[in-house]
Amino acid sequence: MSNTEATRADVCALAVAECFRDDGEIMASAMGATPILGARLAKRTFEPDLLMTDGFNLILRRALPLGAKPSDDDIEGWMPFGAVFDTLWWGRRHVMMGASQIDQFGNQNIACIGPWENPKAQLLGVRGAPGNTINHVTSYWVPNHNARALVAKVDMVSGVGYDRAAALGPEGSRFHEIRRVVTNLGVFDFNTPDHRMRLVSLHPGVELQQVIDNTGFELVIPDGVDTTPVPTPEVIGVLRELDPQGYAQKEVVV
Amino acid sequence: MNDKRMTADEAVAEVTDGMTIGIGGWGSRRKPMAFIRALVRKGVKDLTVVSYGGPDIGILCATGQLKKAVYGFVSLDSIALEPHFRKARQNATIEAVELDEGMFLLGLRAAAQRLPFLPTRAGLGSDVLKINPHLRTVKSPYGDGEELVAVPASNVDVAFIHMNRADASGNGQALGRDPYFDNLFCMAAKKAFMSCEKIVPTEELVSGGPLQSLLINRMMVSGVVEAPGGAHFTECPPDYARDEKFQREYAATAKDEDAWKAFRAKYLDVSEADYQKAVAS
Repeated sequence: MSNTEATRADVCALAVAECFRDDGEIMASAMGATPILGARLAKRTFEPDLLMTDGFNLILRRALPLGAKPSDDDIEGWMPFGAVFDTLWWGRRHVMMGASQIDQFGNQNIACIGPWENPKAQLLGVRGAPGNTINHVTSYWVPNHNARALVAKVDMVSGVGYDRAAALGPEGSRFHEIRRVVTNLGVFDFNTPDHRMRLVSLHPGVELQQVIDNTGFELVIPDGVDTTPVPTPEVIGVLRELDPQGYAQKEVVV
Repeated sequence: MNDKRMTADEAVAEVTDGMTIGIGGWGSRRKPMAFIRALVRKGVKDLTVVSYGGPDIGILCATGQLKKAVYGFVSLDSIALEPHFRKARQNATIEAVELDEGMFLLGLRAAAQRLPFLPTRAGLGSDVLKINPHLRTVKSPYGDGEELVAVPASNVDVAFIHMNRADASGNGQALGRDPYFDNLFCMAAKKAFMSCEKIVPTEELVSGGPLQSLLINRMMVSGVVEAPGGAHFTECPPDYARDEKFQREYAATAKDEDAWKAFRAKYLDVSEADYQKAVAS
């Protein structure tokens, strides 16, 4: 891996970091190598006030490399699971979760494939997705963008999408926001009149048709789709330092 | 003060067929595995298990003793999906109540506070309400009129937890960095039993860690079991890390009936002392 040339994984990591821009002093939680790397990149570069844990219960003052064991000097606070629940109900949190399936309104499934009563594949269970999505900002990461992951209808709504949130009315939906979806092919958001998923940018080297062919629903495609920003050599240097083992490189399907 | 010391087998004697049991810890972390092994030896069946699930649920699925699981997830942490639980779900051999992790916590809290339910926003708009038709919403009686999920109390017959240290009367100490919700499991239960790595004099509990580590007080538990390695193969920091090799061996048995039979014969159909001996060798 070159130290100066950006890989697809580097582009994805920067796109993830951008999801956390302007979040300020809130807890950033990330599941998966690329989300963790991207969130740490944000903290290291333009969003230093983010609170981030070691993935367990220590709040760390600085963005450490993936897999690095924090020393006492790196710790600034304590966030056991009980405090995580309090924080997420408080709303001072932005989570980036994975999605085994996600639909055009941002409904996400991590629970099971097939009917819930008798699943073809039991996955994680809903975990914290229902509570996260209804209480604070959520983004998603899909390392392998294909029509089995971006589907017309998810098998089990774990994370709440915009159509479900709207049906709750203004009270129930007032803390709901799906900020962005980052995949190995592009960046997507829901800034459309009916909150259907919109293509924001294609990663360098990705064709529009490739995205259309690998998406199981009709995306909103604006005129003049951007190209996802490529990290500068300086940012690439930070990414190499934050992920010396290349965990994110292995996660992203190219 | 009462001396509540007993054996794990004496503790699980309180569990009868069809009961609801609560299990402390989280995923594959500080699980009261010595009690789980005792439950397997006892052979009690048709259990409803309330747990931030890990191998506790997996093992009781594999032995056929679990009738119904109440969970937000079931995971082995380093192995994301619990294979025995997956198998039971995919073969539809168990009933399931799947909740948001935070809803799960509120269910425990409601039970601990002797409330019928606690309200939350979590679950609204998700299929958690669809797959759990017993769940109801409640309207705020105040001006806002907001509709919230009423999470019913998770009342438990018997709870089992594992601590690092305890004294003979039932004060318990969690020396790891996350207390999880073991105190609530005890309070949500009619009766609770605590195992620990080591029973020590009360003075040693107090000197052995910060006061905040004294998570369990003696009101909460009916019995204390000294079970060194009692959380094995899950982690129990700072006493020991997860036994990843053993966990992989356990996980692999979900794919192979003969391997499961051999695992069960070697590690489960034996006394706790023989289990610990087999693990050490």
